[in-house]
Amino acid sequence: MIGALLRGREAGLVVMILLVVAVVGGLAPRFLDWETLRIVALAVPLVLIGAMGQMMVLVARHVDLSQGSILAFSSIVAGMMFRDLPELPVVAGVAVAILLGAALGLVNGLLVVLFRLPSIIVTLGTLSLYRGLVFLVSDARQVDPQFIPRGLISMSQTSPVLGIPWIVIVAAAVALATWAFLGHSRLGRQIYALGSNPVAAPLRGINVVRVTLLVFTLSGALAGVAGILYASRFGYVNPGITGLGFEFAVIAAVVVGGVSINGGSGTVLGTVLGVLLLGTVSVALPILGVSAFWQDVFNGAVIILALLVDRGLREGGARALRRAGA
Amino acid sequence: MSVAERPDGPAGPRREAARARPGWQVALVRPEAMTLLLLVGAFVVASWLSPFFADATFILSSATFYTEFAIVALVLTLLIIAGEIDLSPAAGMALAACVFGAVAQAGLPIGLAIAAALLAGALMGLLNGVLVLVFGLPSIIVTIGTLTLFRGLAQVLAGDRSIGGFPGWFIGIDWRLWLGIPAPVVIFVVAAALLAAFLGLTVTGRQIHQIGTSPEAARHAGIRVRRIKMGLFVAMGVTAALAGLLAASRLASVRYDLATGGELTMVLMVMLGGTSIFGGRGSILGTFLAAWLLVIIATGMTVANVPVTSQLIVMGLLLIVSIIATNVIYARSQR
Amino acid sequence: MAQTGAAFVEARGVSKAFAGVEVLSDVDLDLQGGEVHALLGENGAGKSTFAKILAGVHRPTRGTIRLDGRAVDIASPLAAQRLGITLIHQEPLSFPDLSVAENLVLGRGEEAPLGRVRWADMEAGARDLMGRLGVALDVSAPMRGLSIASQQMVEIARAVASDARLIVMDEPTAPLTPAEVATLFGIVRSLREGGRTVVFISHRLEEVRALCDRATVFRDGRLVGTGAVADLSDAEIIRMMIGRPLAEFHKAHAATPGAVALDVEGLTRAGAFADVSFQVRAGEVVGLAGLVGAGRTDVARAIFGVAPAEGGTIRVHGEAATIRDPSDAIRLGLAFVPEDRAASGLFGAMSVQSNITAAVPRRIAPRGLIRRGLERALARQTVDRLRVRLASLRQPVVELSGGNQQKAILGRWLHTDPRVLILDEPTRGVDVGVKAEFYEMIADLARQGRAILVISSDLPELLALSDRVLVMAEGRLTADLPRAEATQERVMRAAVPRGARAA
Repeated sequence: MIGALLRGREAGLVVMILLVVAVVGGLAPRFLDWETLRIVALAVPLVLIGAMGQMMVLVARHVDLSQGSILAFSSIVAGMMFRDLPELPVVAGVAVAILLGAALGLVNGLLVVLFRLPSIIVTLGTLSLYRGLVFLVSDARQVDPQFIPRGLISMSQTSPVLGIPWIVIVAAAVALATWAFLGHSRLGRQIYALGSNPVAAPLRGINVVRVTLLVFTLSGALAGVAGILYASRFGYVNPGITGLGFEFAVIAAVVVGGVSINGGSGTVLGTVLGVLLLGTVSVALPILGVSAFWQDVFNGAVIILALLVDRGLREGGARALRRAGA
Repeated sequence: MSVAERPDGPAGPRREAARARPGWQVALVRPEAMTLLLLVGAFVVASWLSPFFADATFILSSATFYTEFAIVALVLTLLIIAGEIDLSPAAGMALAACVFGAVAQAGLPIGLAIAAALLAGALMGLLNGVLVLVFGLPSIIVTIGTLTLFRGLAQVLAGDRSIGGFPGWFIGIDWRLWLGIPAPVVIFVVAAALLAAFLGLTVTGRQIHQIGTSPEAARHAGIRVRRIKMGLFVAMGVTAALAGLLAASRLASVRYDLATGGELTMVLMVMLGGTSIFGGRGSILGTFLAAWLLVIIATGMTVANVPVTSQLIVMGLLLIVSIIATNVIYARSQR
Repeated sequence: MAQTGAAFVEARGVSKAFAGVEVLSDVDLDLQGGEVHALLGENGAGKSTFAKILAGVHRPTRGTIRLDGRAVDIASPLAAQRLGITLIHQEPLSFPDLSVAENLVLGRGEEAPLGRVRWADMEAGARDLMGRLGVALDVSAPMRGLSIASQQMVEIARAVASDARLIVMDEPTAPLTPAEVATLFGIVRSLREGGRTVVFISHRLEEVRALCDRATVFRDGRLVGTGAVADLSDAEIIRMMIGRPLAEFHKAHAATPGAVALDVEGLTRAGAFADVSFQVRAGEVVGLAGLVGAGRTDVARAIFGVAPAEGGTIRVHGEAATIRDPSDAIRLGLAFVPEDRAASGLFGAMSVQSNITAAVPRRIAPRGLIRRGLERALARQTVDRLRVRLASLRQPVVELSGGNQQKAILGRWLHTDPRVLILDEPTRGVDVGVKAEFYEMIADLARQGRAILVISSDLPELLALSDRVLVMAEGRLTADLPRAEATQERVMRAAVPRGARAA
């Protein structure tokens, strides 16, 4: 029954996306253009990749507020490597970004697990700590566009098929891999179990330490991937701007996509749809002539509305169960 | 129904109460003592690092930047003790300041602008309160949503310009001295004293502790949990507005990005002061000491020519270390 | 009664201490393969602790346990499972967001972490398993939607599937309807036929007689006796459990109960209780009996405003009352001592004195500021009057023993001078000696002219205390018996839901 409700959620998201497209398209016909699709497609991959990582953390009943700072750190280090070691192959930079992201994520996980601290406060601290490291490491200097390798930048421009840029394909691959992992591997299911009942999990043979460290490490690693793709998408890395507010956009998308704050539930499909919906709206707003200043207002309102809807669904479900008989 | 059997307690009571901890232990082994030690230590280190540091006037005038956050942190302490949290006050400061600026710029009397800002603050607090208490949403995520919302509204009001041109009597509050101490610092100290008295001596203050210790037990004891928490959320909003006005006075202008990063500073002050993130325990004294600790650290680093961005690292580290230490101290004092 | 030769489980000298205090001492017990063995005893007698030791939740501080003759160290629940021992909790530990099939599979065996989950196979296997137990369930539905009974069945299915040889059930029938109890018994019997051993912890002698082969009685942490159920009479069992003949305590009969203090009519709350009407007079003790889940606590919480009723009226001393919140109830002179003091009563880390004065803030702060002297005086009153044993008024209340904590909570409410006092399981987790003190206190309070409503699952206790006994079943009031007519049989008959008398 709840399964049906959730499936309803995903259908609802599709309807909302279509609705937005129809309404905006009606008000501003130039919205319904392939160009728009391309803009949306380019706006979305970073948040989508981050959302996959954040989703795993949320399902495990934690939260990662430091994704933006991890993104920035991986990005700036890779950028500096490209600048100071021009012979370096792009692949090496990518590998470094991912490894650094994973390492920073692992630190988050260790703090949560070893000291039994609430992840919200830990990642609030590391959000600041890691951002500080970004400044320290880069000497507060940005990595200018001329130092970003051509190959990397072309990922956002060229495409192997149907005009879909590489960067989008990478994001789609990450989403697919997450779907396979969370939905169809034992370890993935253990993440759901842990979030659903953290008390029962260790009693059922789930290694809580291992699973918790895993989700934070993956979240960090994926933030690292987003970091290297940031350089590809935007062509530069700036210690003060890169990744700022990233985690809030990601959390908004994930929550809209139906992942519960209390852990244990949520689907990859829903998250992807959430990212698409928010991405579409963020592109639609400027086309409608809404000033960019409303972007944050919109994001904030979206988070609150999604929470209210979730609560409404859950209350409705519980009340239905109560009436069906104790 | 089922009785939870605590693994570290007797299944069937077989003895009377445990022996009470000695009085000196209760008084000294507490997180505020840690904060005090850190404060003294930081002072010593900073003085050693730079001869320019140990100058009262200098420290006090540097403190004015932090007093705005510190005053909000005082009220935030109460809210966290009650078992909730609010990450939106920094954005709230900006929004209230921008409301003030917008009203002032529209040519309306300054008094009205101030009132509008305070009203905006109350409404912000009300919004948070309603979402958390009426709709039952978790305060941590809700206030992440509202902080984004408030920051956005501030942008809508002020764009990316800065609004200034306020009358002379309004600006420069940090230059007004009272017995040689800048006015904002005086306000902070007075607020701390009043709130400490409120928390420690009044019934509502006691009930805030009880609510944070066990909201269920508080309800059963007839404590008006919702009413008190709603009051705290609204107080948070109004205090944020007040702090925004202080900032507007100090800066003589307002921008939408006022108080960016303030969320971390405020939470840090509360956590460094030994308040438990889980609720039920904490004190105004702790937050008061922690605010001074941050002032010393920030001022000391500036004087020792440590770049501002490194301060981010220090703050992040401090936050993590402080919650670890607080947890350990509270855990150890249980048995 | 299939008992096969050598003992499957041999426990010798098993003891357990918490913080230096022994709650279980020198238990010698044998369990045979293929038997259903009951553990009986009052709350705190040690039966639950012993069962948890078997299941690996606690480790014994002294003593040995042998399985099939080999000494084993049951270090954790996981280790117990590997040894073939499973504990079915009273409230099953499940993963509410995952499906039934997944709950069945999780934790079984060491499969590769990245191994593929074969959904179709998993669900088919789950369906087969539940079918073998004769339970019809949609295995792809999330656990959250299932009733307690169904969740229990799933736990048992898990145990069966993992080839558990010893299955411990802790008060499994408490939340079940008789039809569900019958199903459960059928499953237990088939487990026995399969050569498995079932340990059955229960308070209910009729069930023990219907199901179990042998029984062991615990009292005060010691094993008092073991024997075949057929050889033990009820009187003998009860004598072993309480160590003295049944309740000598008889409440002095109130000469004339006074005016109606609490009048409840047509009280209804969807999913909890329906059309509940009764009265409690001043000076009267009314007992509320029923099985767990009958809705008694829900009614109490509704009267007190914790979870208000959706329909019906409440009158206090004749005046109609709207009670939306406990503060409304307190203002009308009601008081409520909840059953779970750890969750709903105590402010654990706070001082005893602040706990005692929590409901009367205006008495300790007449002009807004708390006066420590007043607080201390009030707290001392309680300590003296109720004989609370403690080291200091300022120590955290969580450090007190269960009985003294309960006294502190009772003391809290007495300070409000209530006209109507509702007590929910007032002597749960309280030492036998202190229980007697509580009975005296309750009688005394009634003598003072207060109206008392007592909820208790301890039937002898309830019968001894009450002037009248109300019985609830499945959310409805099924009986209102004056003391003279309230026998255990009549009460139990009323407590068992209609149309589903136990097999």
